[in-house]
Amino acid sequence: MSTVAFAAIAIFTLAAALAAATLPKLMHAALSFAVMFVGISGFFFLLGAEFVGLVQIFVYIGAVAVLIVFTILLTRDDVENVRSFQWGGAIVAIAVFAGLIWAIAKTKSLPLTPPQIEPVTVQRIGELLMTNYVWPLQCVGVLLTAALIGALILVMEEKS
Amino acid sequence: MNSWITTNVWLIPTAPIVASLLILAFGKAARRAAAAVAILGQIVALTISIFAFVPTLQTHGFRAIQNFTWFTFGEQTLRIGFVLDPLAAAMLLMITLVGLCIFVFSIGYMAEDKNFYRFFAYLSFFSGAMLGVVVANSLLLLFVFWDLVGLASFLLIGFWIERPSAAAAAKKAFITTRIGDMGFFLGILWLYHRSGTLLFYDGGRGCLEPIALSAIGSSVTLIALLIFCGAIGKSGQFPLHVWLPDAMEGPTPVSALIHAATMVAAGVFLVARVYPIFAVGAINGVTTSLTIVVWIGVITGLMAALIAVAQFDIKRILAYSTVSQLGLMMVSLGVGGVAAGIMHLLAHGFFKALLFLGAGSVIHGVHHEQDIRKMRGLRKLMPVTFATYAIGMMALSGVPFFFSGGWTKEEILHATSSWPRSHLPHYSILIGVILTALYMTRQIIYVFFGNRRAASEHAPESPSVMTLPLIVLAVCAVFFSIVLTPAWPWLESYLTGHAAHFEPRLLIQPMILVSLALVGAGVSIGIWIYRRADETDPLQHAQPALFRFLENKMWIDEIYDRTVIAFSKILARLSDWMDRHVWDGLVQDIGRIGQFFGRVTTSADERVINAGVDESTSGAQGLGRLMSRWHSGQIQTYLGAVALGMLALVLLYAWLG
Amino acid sequence: MTPTLQLFLILSAALFCIGLLAALSRRHAIFILIGIEMMLAAANINFIAFWRFAPQPAQPTGVMVAIFAIAIAAAEAAVGLAMVIAVYRHFRSTNVDQLDRLKG
Repeated sequence: MSTVAFAAIAIFTLAAALAAATLPKLMHAALSFAVMFVGISGFFFLLGAEFVGLVQIFVYIGAVAVLIVFTILLTRDDVENVRSFQWGGAIVAIAVFAGLIWAIAKTKSLPLTPPQIEPVTVQRIGELLMTNYVWPLQCVGVLLTAALIGALILVMEEKS
Repeated sequence: MNSWITTNVWLIPTAPIVASLLILAFGKAARRAAAAVAILGQIVALTISIFAFVPTLQTHGFRAIQNFTWFTFGEQTLRIGFVLDPLAAAMLLMITLVGLCIFVFSIGYMAEDKNFYRFFAYLSFFSGAMLGVVVANSLLLLFVFWDLVGLASFLLIGFWIERPSAAAAAKKAFITTRIGDMGFFLGILWLYHRSGTLLFYDGGRGCLEPIALSAIGSSVTLIALLIFCGAIGKSGQFPLHVWLPDAMEGPTPVSALIHAATMVAAGVFLVARVYPIFAVGAINGVTTSLTIVVWIGVITGLMAALIAVAQFDIKRILAYSTVSQLGLMMVSLGVGGVAAGIMHLLAHGFFKALLFLGAGSVIHGVHHEQDIRKMRGLRKLMPVTFATYAIGMMALSGVPFFFSGGWTKEEILHATSSWPRSHLPHYSILIGVILTALYMTRQIIYVFFGNRRAASEHAPESPSVMTLPLIVLAVCAVFFSIVLTPAWPWLESYLTGHAAHFEPRLLIQPMILVSLALVGAGVSIGIWIYRRADETDPLQHAQPALFRFLENKMWIDEIYDRTVIAFSKILARLSDWMDRHVWDGLVQDIGRIGQFFGRVTTSADERVINAGVDESTSGAQGLGRLMSRWHSGQIQTYLGAVALGMLALVLLYAWLG
Repeated sequence: MTPTLQLFLILSAALFCIGLLAALSRRHAIFILIGIEMMLAAANINFIAFWRFAPQPAQPTGVMVAIFAIAIAAAEAAVGLAMVIAVYRHFRSTNVDQLDRLKG
């Protein structure tokens, strides 16, 4: 875990995020969004949670980003009026950021160095999912099924 | 058998109500079946009533109660129940018997009506609700059935809803009785507050039993009077009697049911049922509340009898006679003659149903003409109707010996003569007896004697389905007198819970001679005045002003129009004005304050924007837009608000810890 | 020299605020979804970072929560995008400015 790597990933991620939030063309924004998730996965690798990083890439870049692109193509409402950018949102966002930074800076008891850890293997995560986290896993399964059916019903053409 | 009926009294009101629901559900398809189901329901109720009557005969002062818990809320339990005692049993028999006759009569009378089945459903409902009033052992349950009676009367009086007058009469009946019911309900609440129970009898703890009565304390007079308000409304006592004559707009069998067996009887029955509340702390049988009952009864009785003399509508005359007879019953209850009052109520149920059904038969014969001046000479054409009507008339007038009304009136006269407070009620009843004989003679002469008019030229006798109930009722009206005579006062002792003794020497009493003389006087005056009556009433010739006063029902409706109704109209206008000018003005002023702030914000916005020369103002513009979109329906605005709220929480949390 | 927890927190705060910015200031409904996904990802970074810097417990709770959060975020994205399509069909627009049926 080096500060150089951290700085590089941080700049990369934040730049992609800013692009995703501000690029006028939707398609560009969506692509930047996908790139941003690569950066976030980098953080997860950096922090030693490789499995989460991989899941992030599969789910977001493989599924969510593609879904977003499909939606953009389906709605064909691509170009956004740049003038309509709302500065109120920016002000709120900056205020929230300032508040969070203040809160983080004020908290003195944060640990500075990470302890040595055993790597979290996929096997261990699998065991945990099947033992201690079996109920949440079932719930998430039901939730995903419900979301799938719900999404289908929402986009189904109404029969006239 | 006896124990079975004491725990299943509830079946009696249930039978007609079930019949009513069945008819409403399935009756549209089958007209005949609807009437059959209604009559079957009534026969079932009558049969069970007879079974219920048996145990009350075997023991003097029999009283069976069956209470159960309706629901529990917190510490309180609300209990209701049913009671079977002589008062209830006698009423049950009268209501079911009279009701049955009226139902049968209706088959003929309503034969051509397109809503035949609905009529029978309502009739059954009406009868069932009234039976419920009679067997209720809780003031609350009684009130429930009491209101169902009101609802049924509303539906039936307005049965011919396409007539505006019928709709108005139904509304009037409902609203007028409701005024009384409001007092009644307040009385119920107050009674519950004081005594903690609404059960009449509960093994010594009921609200009519000594423990609870002594717990009520000094407010008992007011409670009694509030309950009496309900009776005033339902039984058509002054000043709430105005709905009763208008209720004639309903079909004639309905009038018969309302005036004889059900609705108006409910008020008198109520007073008799809660009589112990009225009689608390009585000195010599006199309490303040009972005195008020007496005077209301006297006013009602005399006033209605006077008005009846000057009416031309055959049913209105009977209606006012009902009002007057109810006044009489109230007087009787008030002076302590509870048994006499109830006896008169029962006897009145028979002969008034007879008179109304007779009037219905006449109206049916002359093609729905109700003006007695246009009938004349129906004696020969409708012999059965005439004979039964004459019996009813004599029973109502109080001809002694052979007619039930004579004995009960004599009882009432007897009771009033010994009232210690005043002799005025006694004398006013004597006058009432003369007036009753007078207006009934007048009616008989107009309808059945004299030369025929156009309407009565070809009046056919009614079919047997209509005359049979008349005959049954006439027989009842005559033979009922057997149990009323002072020589063998069986009904009185049955109601009061003593044994009856047969003493023939009591048959002839001075009071009976007095009442015979009075009735004779009334009838002779009637015959003398109306022997040559024609289109104009002879009294109208002699006293036009007085006659107009009475014909217009003493202008009481008009007085109400000018006072109570006008007052509420003024109140409504005032509220309207207040709404428009005061409250609305206030709202508008507050609105203007808001507008003012809006303008300030707008102008500030505009000035900032106008003054702004470069991009730096766009921040302010965004803020202004954010503020102006406070309630824009934009989800992003709401999301922003959520974010700011979160920020505030984070800051608070960081600042505290 | 390794980055401290504070740095991770500041980074995730920045990411969160960029997500908020996207959700608040863009007119297109899809941007709102993108913004929300960014905020969720920022939260996930926090979970992982706190797990990594905390004394090691028996179970990697932070990692597990992050996995579930990703699953739920995926479900949310699917339903959200379906709603965008449904809204577009109904209003012929995905501009949230025009979707003001909630207006009082």
